[in-house]
Amino acid sequence: MAQQAGWRSLPKGGVAFRLSTDYKTGDWRALKPVIDYNKCTKCMLCWLFCPDMAIVWDGENVVVNYDYCKGCGICANECPVKAISMVPEA
Amino acid sequence: MVVKTLPEFPVKKGEPAYKLWIFEPGEKKEMPLVFNLRQLAETRRPALLPGHRLCAGCAAPIVVKLASFAFRGPTIVVTATGCLEVSSTIFPYTSWAVPWIHNAFENAAATASGVEAALKALKKTGRLPYDHVDVVVFAGDGGTFDIGLQSLSGAAERGHDFLYILYDNEAYMNTGIQRSAGTPKYAWTTTSPVGSVLPGKMENKKPIAEIMVAHRIPYVATATPAHWMDFMKKVRKGIEVEGPAFIHTLSSCDRGWRHDTALTLEVTRRAVDTCYFPLWEWTPQSGYMLTDRSLAIARNPKLKQPIEKYLELQGRFRHLLKPENKHLVKELQELVDAAWEELLRKASNAPR
Ligand SMILES: Cc1ncc(C[n+]2csc(CCOP(=O)(O)OP(=O)(O)O)c2C)c(N)n1
Ligand code: SF4
Ligand code: SF4
Ligand code: SF4
Ligand SMILES: [Mg+2]
Repeated sequence: MAQQAGWRSLPKGGVAFRLSTDYKTGDWRALKPVIDYNKCTKCMLCWLFCPDMAIVWDGENVVVNYDYCKGCGICANECPVKAISMVPEA
Repeated sequence: MVVKTLPEFPVKKGEPAYKLWIFEPGEKKEMPLVFNLRQLAETRRPALLPGHRLCAGCAAPIVVKLASFAFRGPTIVVTATGCLEVSSTIFPYTSWAVPWIHNAFENAAATASGVEAALKALKKTGRLPYDHVDVVVFAGDGGTFDIGLQSLSGAAERGHDFLYILYDNEAYMNTGIQRSAGTPKYAWTTTSPVGSVLPGKMENKKPIAEIMVAHRIPYVATATPAHWMDFMKKVRKGIEVEGPAFIHTLSSCDRGWRHDTALTLEVTRRAVDTCYFPLWEWTPQSGYMLTDRSLAIARNPKLKQPIEKYLELQGRFRHLLKPENKHLVKELQELVDAAWEELLRKASNAPR
């Protein structure tokens, strides 16, 4: 009779190891958020709500990281002073 | 918190935008709960990294992001199978900046139980280099109301110390918008179609948060990502209590609910404004307590909006707005009103 395998010899689960920051989701975008810094009050709500962590606080301003922004428009919709406009990608 | 810097999008002042959560052994400090957003942006990084492949405008990553801002220290995340899990860990990539484990669709709570038991054993034998390691589960409605219910109920009964966050997008979205026990009455899904015979799903939504209250665990709450402060406070409470805690969040899915991607949080706000999804928390000591916008509505009933305000933004309810279906909207309004009245009777902080 074959010997029973112990738990140590069971196959391990899959391990996802590369950070998804290597994967740029920016090319999904059809509309591009553009921030009007004359209107922006730096309330940070766009930074807070962006589902793709694509709005970054650089210490002075909120900046869109177009590598990841999927163009959902949540930031533009949530901005209390309407400082973000969604413009079609060229 | 010691953090490793990723070579991605360096922002000014040498501050990296994305970081992994790495805690030095012996780290004792608890991260405070911060509501000043600039301070939050300068001191915290979300547990989810960009590059995940959830749809544009999906609320699930917002739920995770906000919850992680309320984590207090070393945290292990468990997810059930579903959109969030699938899209955040497409091999070989991972979007998790914290330790993360996925096992199956039906057993997120059992997996969390095992993780918690392992942590306990490590602590007992002096092999855990931290004061406490928190365990937080994120699971969808299919994985919670339906196939994962027995696993969740068992873990709650055994009293494992973890926080279970349900992101309820009201259908099996990952496999193509099939109805679940979390789908509301008269909503369109691919398995509750709308036509001349049926007006969408014919059954009521299962009261999952009340089912968890019935387990008499230390903390149960409802929350939404749109009411972010309320949500973050609840996450921290759920992590701090000893024993199981459960938070039911409403998590819009623009693909399945059929609304514009930009309206995700707008729809969510309307769910609360119409009392379709009231915000409350429950503890064995104080019973039901209304919170945030729902408390404001209880104090000033004029703020309560008609259910149409919630339905009108979503394609899954489009058929209800036709004149011949007026009676269905009336029925939904009556269901919402009855549940709201019942909650007002139960809530100890509702005005009388
Ligand atoms: C036992 C089992 N049955 C079916 C599936 C297929 N499956 C994968 S995800 C999913 C739906 C998940 O729905 P939900 O929990 O609501 O999460 P969502 O995708 O909506 O975020 C299904 C049915 C599975 N992975 N395992
Ligand atoms: S459009 Fe969407 S993904 Fe892009 S920055 Fe705004 S909120 Fe983020
Ligand atoms: S939401 Fe609008 S005002 Fe607030 S930081 Fe963003 S762009 Fe500026
Ligand atoms: S199908 Fe819905 S829940 Fe799934 S990723 Fe897309 S928007 Fe999110
Ligand atoms: Mg779902």
